[in-house]
Amino acid sequence: MSAAVPVTVRSTTRGSRAVGMLRATGPAGIASAIVIAVATFVALFGPLLAPYPPDLPNLSLAWVGPTGGHLLGFDFQGRDVLSRLLAGAQTAMLGPLAVVIVSVTAGTLIAVTAAWRRGATDAVISSGLDILFAFPGILFAVLAAAVFGAGLAAASIALSIAYMPYVARVLRGAALKERSQPYVAALEVQGASATSICLRHLVPNIAPLIVAQATILFGYAMVDLAAISFLGLGVQPPNPNWGVMISENQSGILQGYPLPALAAGVCIVTVVIAVNVLGERLFDQAQAGRI
Amino acid sequence: MLVASLLVASFVIFAALYLAPGNPLAALSGGRSLPPASIAVLEQRYHLNEPFLAQYWYWLDNALHGNLGISITLRENVSTLIASRIWTTAGLVLYAALIILVLGIGIGLVSGLRPGVLDTGTLVTTAVSAAIPAFVAAIVLILLFAVKLGWFPALGNGTDLLSNIRHFTLPAVALATASLAIVARVTRASVREEGDREHVQTAVSRGIPPRNVIQRHILRNAAIPITTITGITIASLIAVAAVVEVAFSLNGLGAYLVQSAQSKDLAVVQGISLVLVTAFVLVNLLVDVMYAVLDPRVALGSRAQ
Amino acid sequence: MNEPAAVGTLWSAGATSSAPLLEVDGLTVLLDVSGAKRAVLRDVSLTVSPGEAVGLVGESGSGKSMTARAIDRLLPRGAEVQGSILFDGGDVGALSGADLRRYRNQVAMIFQDPRAHTNPVRRIGDFMTEALCTNLGVPAAEARRRAVDMLTQVGIEDGARRLRQYPHQMSGGMLQRIMIAAALLTKPRLLLADEPTTALDVTTQAEVMAILDGLRRNFGLAMLFITHDLELAAAICDRTVVMYAGQIVEVRASALLHGDPLHPYTAALAAARPDIAQTADRLRAIPGRPLSAFEAPPAECAFATRCAHATDICRSAVPDLVDLDGGTSRCVRARELRGRLQEAPDA
Repeated sequence: MSAAVPVTVRSTTRGSRAVGMLRATGPAGIASAIVIAVATFVALFGPLLAPYPPDLPNLSLAWVGPTGGHLLGFDFQGRDVLSRLLAGAQTAMLGPLAVVIVSVTAGTLIAVTAAWRRGATDAVISSGLDILFAFPGILFAVLAAAVFGAGLAAASIALSIAYMPYVARVLRGAALKERSQPYVAALEVQGASATSICLRHLVPNIAPLIVAQATILFGYAMVDLAAISFLGLGVQPPNPNWGVMISENQSGILQGYPLPALAAGVCIVTVVIAVNVLGERLFDQAQAGRI
Repeated sequence: MLVASLLVASFVIFAALYLAPGNPLAALSGGRSLPPASIAVLEQRYHLNEPFLAQYWYWLDNALHGNLGISITLRENVSTLIASRIWTTAGLVLYAALIILVLGIGIGLVSGLRPGVLDTGTLVTTAVSAAIPAFVAAIVLILLFAVKLGWFPALGNGTDLLSNIRHFTLPAVALATASLAIVARVTRASVREEGDREHVQTAVSRGIPPRNVIQRHILRNAAIPITTITGITIASLIAVAAVVEVAFSLNGLGAYLVQSAQSKDLAVVQGISLVLVTAFVLVNLLVDVMYAVLDPRVALGSRAQ
Repeated sequence: MNEPAAVGTLWSAGATSSAPLLEVDGLTVLLDVSGAKRAVLRDVSLTVSPGEAVGLVGESGSGKSMTARAIDRLLPRGAEVQGSILFDGGDVGALSGADLRRYRNQVAMIFQDPRAHTNPVRRIGDFMTEALCTNLGVPAAEARRRAVDMLTQVGIEDGARRLRQYPHQMSGGMLQRIMIAAALLTKPRLLLADEPTTALDVTTQAEVMAILDGLRRNFGLAMLFITHDLELAAAICDRTVVMYAGQIVEVRASALLHGDPLHPYTAALAAARPDIAQTADRLRAIPGRPLSAFEAPPAECAFATRCAHATDICRSAVPDLVDLDGGTSRCVRARELRGRLQEAPDA
């Protein structure tokens, strides 16, 4: 009955939305994303990129400063620092990634369940979350190391468990708000199942917040895991890992050879800054999108 | 809530014994082989032949009376071992908390109330500091102030109060660095946010002098989120202190916890974990109380964050 | 600091003198919006005489709130103000420090959302007595006594108990009454009311309006009443000023505004409100949407694109204000359309 009117439709594929989100974080956000991308690349291909074998000790070269092809000199066992940094990126980045994936997935599941069911279920879950807050991440990881032995796996699992209540808390608030939106009621009336509403509508709508939270969490996980490795309860030497490198080479600082430990420290701080900056901006965006 | 948290936490700590691979006896002895007499003592002390929950009850009961078991490695009472080290950790955490309170909130306030060059500088500095983990800060501080400048000692506890302050300064700063940045940022954001609120406009429109507006309306209201974040951050110091103690070779609970974890001295690990978790929960409780005091809209125990 | 010297004369009922209390002349306000300066008010001029109630009517973006804020010096940072605002002959723009605070005690403002405008962590008593105690040096006990008195005037009987309560313990209507009471404690001569009833439900609206009206007459207050509701303004204001796109488009005695508007926009506004006594086949909406001052085209009548009577003259230049029969209109065709504005030509 009405004449056809030409309508322009904006592309809303997932890819373009992601790019849009990224662009909206401004130059600082984009710079951070680049840093993270580089770090990820190194994490994936580190051992291949290393110019020298990271595991080859040569005590006669211990503590020697930057010379020739060795841009960052040698560590306390005469191994090339740059190579160890590149190789160490793997555990330094992949550990936190695993922690984030597990805790965010579990946290989202719990948050959405609590938000969906509301009432008694929500009350119980919320109280449970409140109680679980008693354990700081590092403490839990140390406990796990004492029980199961030191190692990246134990530490990562412990951190995931410790972080999960925090993620669930934050996401529960957003999920509750989303749950009470009119479109959800409309879908329910149409007979859509709870699972399909949650998976196809609720979760995608709080996705920006989930991504922002995950990014920020990655920073925390990185710091905590590096600390645990520094304490000797995480990644074990001689595996290269930025946290381990700092603890191994700490004596060098007192002896006048600060470079290996400092270099590892700089790597950690750089990635964490990038993650924090990007995470904060994504978070602001996610909040602004709600208003 | 408080009691529930502590109960659950203590239960988890206790249950760790059973999660360890092998039987509890092996866990308690840290994998060492023991003469039958020692085994009998352990079985008796830990009531290993009784049901699980009974054991938990005994352990908890003992703990509440100050008996936390015996260290396998040092063969002394865990409680004694903790008592001799607790003041190191407490002193470190308090020192760092002081730095965070004074510098963190101070910088945040100045930055929030005066926009301008100082403010942008603060934003950048805090963005960087917030990303510096305590152990990285530790090595940088050691390098700069102990090795290069020689102003502070690099390692170890002090002997009396004055030398303790010297020895603890770098560790406290290292511990406080990242938290200080976070508190400063949140303080600044809260002050800014409150300044933009409509009720501040109302006060201005009634001719209230600026100083009163700032004190009674902006700061008083911003105190709520500021107190919350400061409290949470200080609570987290309890755990991170371990890292700093190890970095500076301080003889505190945290360093001892790590040592015991490495040597699998489970009784000690359990004892220290219990103490630290209790402290953590208590600090959080304090934050809850302060929040309820500051915000008349909130009933105790329902902190939004 | 003592109370303003002229208290005796001002607070007698029905005092009207010929010298205007508030004179706004050629007020133009530019705000800093993401780096660019945008006009939100263009050449606004109005006067309020002592004891007079003037309504300021317009839709969102018309600049009515901004006018009130300009008068009370509450514009956001970086706002550029041109033109003059005179209060009792003195230049408001030149005030600062203690003088500015004294001015703010003589000009009181009440806002649309009482809950957002009261500090949630302080008691009502503090809220009400703050200005008295800090600015006017009134001792706390005396200030509280006056507050309780004023609360009874706005219909709140158990004032002493209310003073100890917090805002979240009260309804919106009660908070608005408290805000009015608080504003009047400093014995202002002019009350700026920025949509005080918009956020309230209808029955509470009526109560609050009655209170406002009664108090105004009792205390001989001048009032600038801002609203988007033409009829509400007509109910308690002697004169009504209509704004559109940051400009004044009509000034008229309220009683005549509905029946004999001088500007097409006013006529359209009046016609657009559904009349409960009549049945209509269609609602008469004004086509298009209201413009803000910075969206208005620079060289034509801002209303031209939505006006049913627009001609080429309207699109050639911004019309001036024209005096017509005791009122004012910013319409080039005002004289020729006189009396015909009530008929709605077929859209």
